[in-house]
Amino acid sequence: MLKKRIIPCLDVNNGRVVKGVNFIDLVDAGDPVEQAKLYGAEGADELCFLDITASSDNRQMLLDNVQKTAENCFIPLTVGGGVRVIGDIKNLLHAGADKVSINTAAVTNRKFVSEAAEKYGTSTIVIAVDAKKTTDNTWEVFTHGGRNATGINVIDYCQEVESLGAGEILLTSMDKDGTKSGFDINLLKNITSKLNVPVIASGGVGTLEHFAEGIIEGGASSVLAASVFHFGEFKIKDVKRYLADKNIPVRI
Amino acid sequence: MKIAIINYGYGNLHSVAKAFEKANFDFNLNSNIEVTNNPSKIENADKIVLPGVGSFLDCSTAIKQIDGVYDAMQENIIHKKNKFMGICVGMQLLADIGYENQECNGFGWLPGSVEKIQVSPEYKIPHMGWNEVNAIESPLFKGISNNSDFYFVHSYHFKTAKENIVASTIYSSEITAAVQKDNIFGTQFHPEKSHNNGQLLIKNFIDW
Repeated sequence: MLKKRIIPCLDVNNGRVVKGVNFIDLVDAGDPVEQAKLYGAEGADELCFLDITASSDNRQMLLDNVQKTAENCFIPLTVGGGVRVIGDIKNLLHAGADKVSINTAAVTNRKFVSEAAEKYGTSTIVIAVDAKKTTDNTWEVFTHGGRNATGINVIDYCQEVESLGAGEILLTSMDKDGTKSGFDINLLKNITSKLNVPVIASGGVGTLEHFAEGIIEGGASSVLAASVFHFGEFKIKDVKRYLADKNIPVRI
Repeated sequence: MKIAIINYGYGNLHSVAKAFEKANFDFNLNSNIEVTNNPSKIENADKIVLPGVGSFLDCSTAIKQIDGVYDAMQENIIHKKNKFMGICVGMQLLADIGYENQECNGFGWLPGSVEKIQVSPEYKIPHMGWNEVNAIESPLFKGISNNSDFYFVHSYHFKTAKENIVASTIYSSEITAAVQKDNIFGTQFHPEKSHNNGQLLIKNFIDW
């Protein structure tokens, strides 16, 4: 049976993990390579790297980091942040990323999604969607790290990028992100029930129950979390054990 | 022993090479692993690995576009009968024909075709993530307990005769997870991304 995936996300700024796991046994907690090794050994099913570097001058630093991390990471690695042109995808894949996540550039230029999928295969292209609730059953797509409203309906947008070749959707609820109050289950349900591609739930995890809710009620194929892992509240194996007890298939 | 990992501009070469180097080092295997598109190196390698990420058509076209690479592979694998391992699309290319995007010929080294996975509506496509692999007794799965998890990511799968299938997985229906015929082996999953189980499988291939 296909397992539900637990994916820790690392925020990387200027080549350093800025929101990383706080384990004292790490020689250098800001080193993405150390973090990747640790998460791999702990049983993470994939790793997500989010480049939050504002300046494009530091792009090479990201590539070097992706390369060093990939060399030490024998689980799939998704990299996102500032992916704007085909060349960005090529460079990241060449450096060792397995999947590339596109956010703003997919909203501003839909053709980019189909070009990317055609060139590198649908399963390589993850579309990251930042969703903000507008009414009870509608959500709006935001771009530029959640700063810019677009007026685009999230459900329509997800269906559109799926038809253009997105292989996976990384769906973040902006309302829930950082609140630790659980996923926006209604949002998840609306998207997972309408799409054929897998959806990664993101934004809002604070308890073990939330992981299970995202999967069982929300229909997510994977759950992404940052702070609960980084600050050592849960270890990957705690989450998996909890989910396994709830009869959710996980890799242990 | 010289192991050539074929570089044809597609596939996650870097990850495959690193996973082989790690297995080689951790298990003290003393083989020499080289990423190459040099036909004479490919022809003279003791073992060949063909990674593959992307579409069947793109991968097939790219290999045949590099002068001498396909011929060198054929010489090494079909005539000398050296051991071969294809990964993901690198395994699918063994087929006679593939139907991803458009009809395209494969190598025809293992009879069969590469077709879109048919699933009931509650299953997502691509088949993406860790799934249990049910293997028959094979030197390549030595030391790997049955129903161990490996990482898959694909929307098409290899349909071939049962006698060529050494491992399968269930995703709505049965899907080919690994094939083997004589000196030719291939996996639909990615051993280079399957952590410890993947490392064992790579070790087994180097030992094979």
